[in-house]
Amino acid sequence: MDTTVAIRGRGITKVFGDVVALDHVDVSVARGQIHGLVGPNGAGKTTLLGLLLGLAVADEGALEVLGAQVGRALPAPGGVSGFVDGPGLYPTLTAKQNLATLAALRPRDAVTSDVGEALHEVGLAEVADDKVRGFSLGMRQRLGLAAAMLTKPKLLVLDEPANGLDPSGKKQVHGVLNRLVAAGVTVILSSHRMDDLEALCSEVTILSTGRVVFSGPLNKLSDETRELDYRLRTTDPAAAGIIAAETPGISVVAGTDAAALADTDVIVVRARVAALDQLVSRVVRADIAVREFAPVVSPLEAAFLDLTEQETDR
Amino acid sequence: MTATIADADATAPEAQTPAAGPVPVGRILRFELVKQFSAWRVRLLILLCWIGPAVLVFAIDKQSTLPSDTLFGRWMHATGWAGPLVALGFAGTWALPLLTSVVAGDVFASEDRLGTWRHLIIAIRSHRRIFLAKAVASLTVILLLVVGLAASSTLGGLLAEKNLPLVGLDGHTLSPGDAAGKVLLAWLCVLAPTLALAGIGLLGSIALGRSPMGLLLPMLVALGMQLAQMLPLPVAVRLALPGYAFISWNGLFTDPAQIKPLMIGVTVSLVWAVVATVLAYLLFLRRDFTNLNNNDGAGRRVLALGVVPLAAVLALTAGVVAATTSDAGGTGITQAKVQKSVATAFSHLFRLQQSQMYHSSVTEAQLATTASCLKSEGLGKQEGSGNDWRCTITFNVPGNNITAQGIYQLDVTANGRYIADGDGPQEVNGYFLIVTPGKVVANPLWQFDGNVDLL
Ligand SMILES: Nc1ncnc2c1ncn2[C@@H]1O[C@H](COP(=O)(O)OP(=O)(O)OP(=O)(O)O)[C@@H](O)[C@H]1O
Ligand SMILES: [Mg+2]
Repeated sequence: MDTTVAIRGRGITKVFGDVVALDHVDVSVARGQIHGLVGPNGAGKTTLLGLLLGLAVADEGALEVLGAQVGRALPAPGGVSGFVDGPGLYPTLTAKQNLATLAALRPRDAVTSDVGEALHEVGLAEVADDKVRGFSLGMRQRLGLAAAMLTKPKLLVLDEPANGLDPSGKKQVHGVLNRLVAAGVTVILSSHRMDDLEALCSEVTILSTGRVVFSGPLNKLSDETRELDYRLRTTDPAAAGIIAAETPGISVVAGTDAAALADTDVIVVRARVAALDQLVSRVVRADIAVREFAPVVSPLEAAFLDLTEQETDR
Repeated sequence: MTATIADADATAPEAQTPAAGPVPVGRILRFELVKQFSAWRVRLLILLCWIGPAVLVFAIDKQSTLPSDTLFGRWMHATGWAGPLVALGFAGTWALPLLTSVVAGDVFASEDRLGTWRHLIIAIRSHRRIFLAKAVASLTVILLLVVGLAASSTLGGLLAEKNLPLVGLDGHTLSPGDAAGKVLLAWLCVLAPTLALAGIGLLGSIALGRSPMGLLLPMLVALGMQLAQMLPLPVAVRLALPGYAFISWNGLFTDPAQIKPLMIGVTVSLVWAVVATVLAYLLFLRRDFTNLNNNDGAGRRVLALGVVPLAAVLALTAGVVAATTSDAGGTGITQAKVQKSVATAFSHLFRLQQSQMYHSSVTEAQLATTASCLKSEGLGKQEGSGNDWRCTITFNVPGNNITAQGIYQLDVTANGRYIADGDGPQEVNGYFLIVTPGKVVANPLWQFDGNVDLL
C-alpha cells in the first residue's frame, strides 16, 4: 500500500450506451491536498467522482482508493465520503434528523463528530430543525458537506460543492476544506469556477470528452510560455495603444468584446509574460498612469480553454 | 504546496488506522424499518389489515345472505372458522398482491423518488447489505400485514360464530381443533405465493425505478396469473404458475387432503420467490447510481436479467411438473374424477344433514353413494371445465332397502373447483332450508362446493 497516494486510477473506462464518458483515464492524487477536477459539461467529471464513491463501477481499468482496490464486488473503502450531483439527502427529514440517522448507521466505536457541531461548521445551525425539502440549492450543498464531514473521512469527494453558494457561503466552505486538508484529509473536487480552483487547489486534472488533457500542479499549467490577453487601463488609452503597438512582442487586440464593452480607458493587448515588462515601463515613462493591468482570463482558464478546445476540435 | 504534501506524510500514521468498518446490517435494517413505518401508506395498510378483516367478516356474518360464490362463504353462519377462509380466498385475489405491490414494489423505488440513492450508497458502501436490509425490511412488513389479515379475520369469525366444526370442501366435517390447525396451515401455505410476488415486487422496484409500473408489477403479475388460471391450460402449466398456491390450499380441506398439488404449488412459488429475489439482487449490483435521471442500457439489462430468466423458470417448472405427473397435458378434470368427487361430497353432506335433522347417524359406507356424470349430455369429450356437467347420484336410503337418486347440475371451473346445484327431486335437494331441533339452517344438499383433484 502506497501511503502517499489517496487515489490511483489506471486506464479507467466507463461507457454508457454509445457515449464514452471516461476513456482510459489515468489519475493520481497525493494524500493531504486539494485536487481539482475541471472540464467542459459532459467531460466525465461526475462520472469519475461517482466511481471514487462507489456509485458506479468502471467498465475497464484499475482504481485504487486509499490503498484499497475498488470494483464491482469491492465497494469504496471506509473513509471515503462526499457527494456527486447534489447530496441526495432525505427531503422529508430535517437537517438534524438527516445527520442523526447517518450517524446512527455508524458502528458505535467509529469516529463520528457531533451533529450540532457539523451543522454549525457549515452555517446551518439556525435551520437545523427545518425539513430539507424546503432547502435552497446552497443550503443543500452545505448540508451535504456537513453529512460528508460527519463520518470523519480521509478522502472527501465533492462534485461542484460551490454550486449555488453565495459569496460568504463559498468562503465558509473554502475555510472548512482548508481546515480539513490541514488535518490531513485529501479532497478531490470538481468545479467550473477557475478562480475557486486557483484559490483552493495545488493540483488539477483537466478532462475533456472523457480524456485527461492535463494533470499536475497548477503553476505548471499557468507558466507555460503562451500568449495571453491582458486588459490595460490607463489615463490615456489612445497614447497607450500607440505605445503598445510599437513595443516588440506586443500586439493590440482590436475590437475584442472586452474592449468594445468597456469604457474608453481600456485597451487589450496580447503578449507573453516577458514582453509585458517593457510595455509597462514605456507607458509609465510616457507619463501615463496605469490603473489596472490584468489578464482578461486567468492563466488557468486560458490554459483550460486552450486544452479543451484543442481536444474538441480534433 | 509541497509543504502540504509533507504534512500529509506526517499524518500518514493516522491515515493508516483501519478505516471504519462496514455498517452493520442490523443498523441498516433498523433504518429501513423506520422508513417503512413512517410512510403513511404502510401505516394505513397495517391499520386496514389488522382491523379490516375482523370488521368485514363480522359484518358479512351478520347478513342473512352469505357470499356463497366465495369458497366456504356458505358455511359462515355455521362456524367461526369459515371467516378466515373466506378472507383467505379474497386475500389471494386482491389483498396479498396489493400489499406486496405497495411494500416490496416500493422499497427500492422510494429511494429513486426521493433521489436519495447516492446518499444511501455512500453512507453504507455495500450494495449487498443495502439489498439485504431492504429485502428483510419489506419481508417483515409483509409478514406483519399477512399475520394481521389472518388474525383479524379469525377473530371476526370467532366473534360472530363460535368455535364450531367446519365442513370441508368434500363435505366431511372437521373438528374445531382440526379446522383451526388447517386454517393456520392454509394461511402459511399462502405465504409462499406471497413471497413469490414480493420477489417480483423487488425485481420491479429495482428494474423500473421511479416508474409507477414498478409499483404495479406484483398486482399485474397476480392478475395475469388469475386470468391464466381461468383458461383451460394443461395441468402442468397451471401448476407451474406461481399463483397456483393461492388456490391449492383448498386441498387441505378434503379427506384425504390433496397434498400433491399443494406441495407443487408451494414449491413452485418458493422457487419463484428465490429466483426473482436473486435476479433483483444481480440487477441491483449492476445498477449505476451516479446519474439517476439517465439510465441508459438499463432496459436491455432488465430484459436479460429479469424477464428472460423468469420465463425460463416457468418453462422449466412446467417441464418438471409434466415429467413427474401423469396426464399433465390434459385438463385434469376427467369424468371418473368428477363422479368420485361428487359422490364423496354428497355422502358426507347427506350424513351431516341426517345428523342435523334427526340426530341419526348413518355412515358413508351404508349410503354406498355412486355418481354418474355426463358433460354436455354425453356429447363430445367427457372432460374439462364447464357448466354443462350433470350428475345423477344414487344412494341407499338408510333403514330401507331401497335406493334413491338425486340430480345435480355442476359448474366446474378450470382449476377443478365446482359448485353443485341440486336439481331434484324435491325431497333430496329441493329445500333451501331444513329444520333442525333448535334452529333452521341452510340445507347442505341444496347446493354445495367441491373440487376435483387435478393430479
Ligand atoms: N447514466 C448515464 N447514462 C447515459 N449517459 C450518461 C450517464 N451518465 C453520464 N452520461 C454521459 O457521460 C458523459 C459524462 O457525464 P458527466 O455527468 O460525468 O459529465 P460532467 O463532466 O460531470 O458534466 P457537467 O459539467 O455538466 O456536470 C456525458 O456525455 C453524459 O451524457
Ligand atoms: Mg457533473
